[in-house]
Amino acid sequence: MTPAHPVPVGDVALPARPRRSRWSLGVEWIIESAVRLSGVSAIIFVLAIFAFIFREAAPVLVSEQFDPLEFLFSVQWYPTSAVDIRYGTLALTVGTVSVTLLAMVLAVPFGLGAAIFVSEFCGRRTKEALKIVIELLAAIPSVVWGFIGLTVLSRLVVEHTSAPVGVNVLNGGIILALMSVPIIVSIGEDALKAVPDSYREAAIAMGATRWQLVFRVLLPAAKNGLLAAVLLGTGRAVGETMAVLMATGHAVQIPDGILDSVRTLTANIAAELGEAPAGSDHYRILFLTGVQLFAITFAVNLAADLVIRGTKRK
Amino acid sequence: MTTSARAVVHTGVWVCLSACLGAFAGCRPHAEGAAIQNKGSDTMVSVAQAWAEAYQKVVPGVAVEVSGGGSGTGIASLIRGTVHIANASRDIKPAEAAQVLHNTGKEPKDFKVGYDALAVFVHRLNPLEAITFEQLAGIYREDGAFTHWGQFGLSVPGCKRDEIVRVSRQSSSGTYEFFRERVLSNRDFKLGSLDLNGSKEVVELVANTPCAIGYSGMGYATSGVKMLKVAMRAGEPAYAPTVEATWQQTYPIARSLHMYTLGEPTGIVRDYLDWVLSNAGQRILEESGYVPLSRDAGAERR
Repeated sequence: MTPAHPVPVGDVALPARPRRSRWSLGVEWIIESAVRLSGVSAIIFVLAIFAFIFREAAPVLVSEQFDPLEFLFSVQWYPTSAVDIRYGTLALTVGTVSVTLLAMVLAVPFGLGAAIFVSEFCGRRTKEALKIVIELLAAIPSVVWGFIGLTVLSRLVVEHTSAPVGVNVLNGGIILALMSVPIIVSIGEDALKAVPDSYREAAIAMGATRWQLVFRVLLPAAKNGLLAAVLLGTGRAVGETMAVLMATGHAVQIPDGILDSVRTLTANIAAELGEAPAGSDHYRILFLTGVQLFAITFAVNLAADLVIRGTKRK
Repeated sequence: MTTSARAVVHTGVWVCLSACLGAFAGCRPHAEGAAIQNKGSDTMVSVAQAWAEAYQKVVPGVAVEVSGGGSGTGIASLIRGTVHIANASRDIKPAEAAQVLHNTGKEPKDFKVGYDALAVFVHRLNPLEAITFEQLAGIYREDGAFTHWGQFGLSVPGCKRDEIVRVSRQSSSGTYEFFRERVLSNRDFKLGSLDLNGSKEVVELVANTPCAIGYSGMGYATSGVKMLKVAMRAGEPAYAPTVEATWQQTYPIARSLHMYTLGEPTGIVRDYLDWVLSNAGQRILEESGYVPLSRDAGAERR
């Protein structure tokens, strides 16, 4: 895009740059295209993944076995029944939503609180140490979290509650909260750091206390970034598979409380897809639950987007 | 300097690539040369794969290609003559045997390779000793009425809410299907059971949960759980899940595992089946959680 020849500005010619070779121009073009491609690739990948999942799921939508109302609103999940095959996913959806909600109830206050503490309140050294530890926490693989849920946490849950079995909504929620806190903290901290220092200086100059500074100035200013942090945490919780497979008990039922076991959409796909014969109704229904997951995350993101726009307009 | 360095790197890359290709090519003649097609029972898929893998080390030139699909699928492939060995966790039906003879001109030959026996596990502190099929169906089946241990007239120490925690398997497992077929007469399970992904996991969870009941291969028993005696009907004798009871066919949740061939097998198929029935093959069967054919096989582990 930059012309190879010196461009006269007014009547003063710029000092002539050495003429660039064809080779150098070619390389520049390649690099430019590569950068553009990687920018667009995110969109391509999302569309391609959605198209693939939908293509695998689509044939079942027209099969006479499939009843959309049963799929969405029945709790009867009997994909391999010998007498009456039923594909109702309500219990699975409720499972995903309940575990995610509990995780967010636990993780958002802790995550945002930690982000504020790290960004505004603690000293330089504590800050560095905390950031390293938090990043380390984010690096723990989900199967390890699942293992902790299955062994350590399930025992604690049984000891301290009346739950008959330690793998349930509470266990899964705590594990997911622990997994999403690091994401919320590091992105939330970035959002707070991005608030210009002049805001802080102005607030302090007006005689605001630290508390007032945080609540009246920083939180409103960093609102979008903080919401993004919470959303990414939620996304992690909704999509997490291995840890919830191990920690929630994998039981198809609508939970009466947080001490009941549930099964989530993701865990169900992980447990059943490997054995479902490719191309069978069961296989396609599992892909359809993938579309459902996609729809849930899409709805969460869209809602947040609308909220942000709505608050901006005011 | 740079050009020659680049050349060295290039040569290096090519040497590596061709070496890799060579390694792949080296494997191919064996795989094409001698492959045994083995298909059928999903229950037997894990042990069939374990056999196939181990046999690679015993006779490196022979590849055993294993796939599942169910006993019926395996026998259907035998009828079409597309497999050497069909795995089945049930006896071949007379009609199927007739079809095999009609289509291929050969009688199916039955090799009994082992037994699959499920034990019903409860926590070691649970006072229950024996259970009937009817009671098991009451606990596990869709229309079953048993939800609390109190209904059995029991109080289970450590079980705070008295609720029966049903531990089951994921719906794709052969164990799940066998239990459903034999104990629930093919009706569906009650929803809300903890559907775990492995035989060992079932036993571990039952060992950690006083309220729990679960089923799994008897080979997975540990000291934390108790295996219940099982009776077909109330009033009939209940049998403990032992290897002996399985051999005598008195224990009711057991079945034999079969491999069928087209006529009397010869060559590599014969060798493979002989090895499966040898002590080495039977030990692998036992390690996979099944019951071997006879006492001396797998004796080292008992």
